[in-house]
Amino acid sequence: MTQFLGALAGGLGIGSIYALLALGFVIIYKSMGVISFAQPSFLLAGTVLVTYLSPEIGFVPAVVVGAIAIAAVALVVERIAIRPMVGKAVFVIAIITIGIDIIVRIVSGMFVGSDQRTVGDPWGLDAWEVGGVYIEHRDLAAFAVTTVLVLALFAFFRWTPIGLAMRASALDQEAAMAQGVSVGTVFAVSWGLAGALATVAGVFAAAGRTVDQNHWHIALLALPVIILGGLDSLGGAVLGGLIIGVTQQIVTSYHRDWFPGLDTNIGSITPYLVMLIVLLVRPYGLFGTREVERV
Amino acid sequence: MSTLSKWGRPELYTSYRQDMALLNTRSKVLGTIAVLVVAALMPMLVSDNLLIILGSGLVLAIGAIGLNLVTGYAGQVSLGHAFFVGIGAYAAAVLSGDPDGRYLGFGVDFMPLWLLGAGLIAALAGALVAPLATRLRGLYLAVVTLGLVFIGQYFFFEWNEMSGGPQVGREAAKPELFGIQFTVDNGFKGGWTEEQKLYWLFLGVLVVAAVLARNIARSRIGRAFSAIRDRDVAAGVMGVNLTRYKIVAFTISSFYAGICGALMFSASGHFTPESFSLLMSVQFIAIVLIGGVATISGTIMGAMLIALLPRVASELPAFVPFLSSSASEHPNIFEFEQIMYGVLIVAFLLFEPRGLFGIWHRVRTYWKSFPFSY
Repeated sequence: MTQFLGALAGGLGIGSIYALLALGFVIIYKSMGVISFAQPSFLLAGTVLVTYLSPEIGFVPAVVVGAIAIAAVALVVERIAIRPMVGKAVFVIAIITIGIDIIVRIVSGMFVGSDQRTVGDPWGLDAWEVGGVYIEHRDLAAFAVTTVLVLALFAFFRWTPIGLAMRASALDQEAAMAQGVSVGTVFAVSWGLAGALATVAGVFAAAGRTVDQNHWHIALLALPVIILGGLDSLGGAVLGGLIIGVTQQIVTSYHRDWFPGLDTNIGSITPYLVMLIVLLVRPYGLFGTREVERV
Repeated sequence: MSTLSKWGRPELYTSYRQDMALLNTRSKVLGTIAVLVVAALMPMLVSDNLLIILGSGLVLAIGAIGLNLVTGYAGQVSLGHAFFVGIGAYAAAVLSGDPDGRYLGFGVDFMPLWLLGAGLIAALAGALVAPLATRLRGLYLAVVTLGLVFIGQYFFFEWNEMSGGPQVGREAAKPELFGIQFTVDNGFKGGWTEEQKLYWLFLGVLVVAAVLARNIARSRIGRAFSAIRDRDVAAGVMGVNLTRYKIVAFTISSFYAGICGALMFSASGHFTPESFSLLMSVQFIAIVLIGGVATISGTIMGAMLIALLPRVASELPAFVPFLSSSASEHPNIFEFEQIMYGVLIVAFLLFEPRGLFGIWHRVRTYWKSFPFSY
């Protein structure tokens, strides 16, 4: 039971990271109908930037500055490479984001270098012991920050004018334009938000360990999350993130008992396996909108 | 009449069959012959270490043609091509492997058998995945096939008897046909070197694969693919069985990937499961986009360009002083090479969406209508 609760706590921590990443994917998807494969690169770039800033100005300011800086990078990328493609086939834009991902990722990977880099987080591997269950501070922090950010995001979409514009253009781009919504601004804001969220997620994923060039892999694990939750559902992204995180952590924890024949921990591909199973049953995820085709 | 239309006015077509022929103009006939002759004579003209790069380009082209059939012609975005290439590579290695060796092997020496076997096993894997894929559309499909790469890599890592395990790897299939051992160097005895023989082998397989693909593309199946790509609902209304043709597309594409995988490592003779990563899938996507979506000749051009990229990168430090050839310094040529994939993808999509084939098409049209610019 303690093993299960420990896995649950760890799962909620990693699930929060997935939720943040998935929110970034979903925000971009809702605004322009494209999965941005550039998210992993923004995650890496943001984390690496924080590792440089954190010793200079402290951890929390470093995360804030890093998130804003990566949001700015995402804005520039969107303006240069994505905006000219608006109106082209969705898959073409998705492939362009793969190209951007490679460029940004390799460039930021160059700054990782050979010495060990950490984000300088205050939690490390400290943990509270509650009745034999170890709850790591970093998981708790990730969960708390994600809760705050998710509430802030929902408030942003609910009550600010630009949030309203984003919801309107997600619903119907042309109708929103006819009402005077600047769709270009909506695109820009969504990319900026996604870049900032990826940075925060990357920092939490790097808490308590060192950053290497493969740090971006975790962002790809958020893809099953958005498929599970449905590409266009913000709530689904959060819930899907937590579901995937907890499942992955439980499988990782019980791997030795359940799959004694397999050497490598199957937890590393659990998100993809869960995604395949869910898609067999529900092709549009748990909360996604079913596409209606009229002929 | 027919002789007149054929020789007097070469572009006068009197039947649909003529218009759809593989080589429907005289310049295409001559051009194809010229390209084939130059390609076949290449081993006599260039050095062996360039030849090995060209050879790897030919193999990449086989796999990329497969991806182009499913992504370019049928419009189903697959990021999982590396998975099928991996299955082909392992199938070939296992089929031809030494039965008494360290790793799984069945000792099938006859090359056509293990080559086709690798293609068929990969095709089977494609056919098994396809029913799932046909339920999904567009980006959902892209993400699921991306997951396939990671799941596949897990099993390649895990199944040690087959793959040799991570970072260890196993020997690749050795091509040998009618007593000709393609991987044995006879250069010092006045015979053909390993690179020359492998190049001809790859060229032969590519020509067969490319002609086959062109024929698929201009037949009933190919037209069904294009119809699905352009508008699947409309294709369904016209009587194209969507599920069946999507499965066919995936199966054929995986077959090509399997053949490509079986030959990919015969030059180096050894491969590790790390090879079949997302990077390989992206490489194939880059080839298809750079070469030209839904063109076979473009795909071959794109594959050659991508294959030459490492060579170009390794020559660069001589001209660009800040680029290092050592992996421990930044920026180095390996990083440059990968960035170039990204830059080429973005640049071609932004400025030349039809790829290298589009550039060639413009050049051809310009000279065809010379001196009139329209």
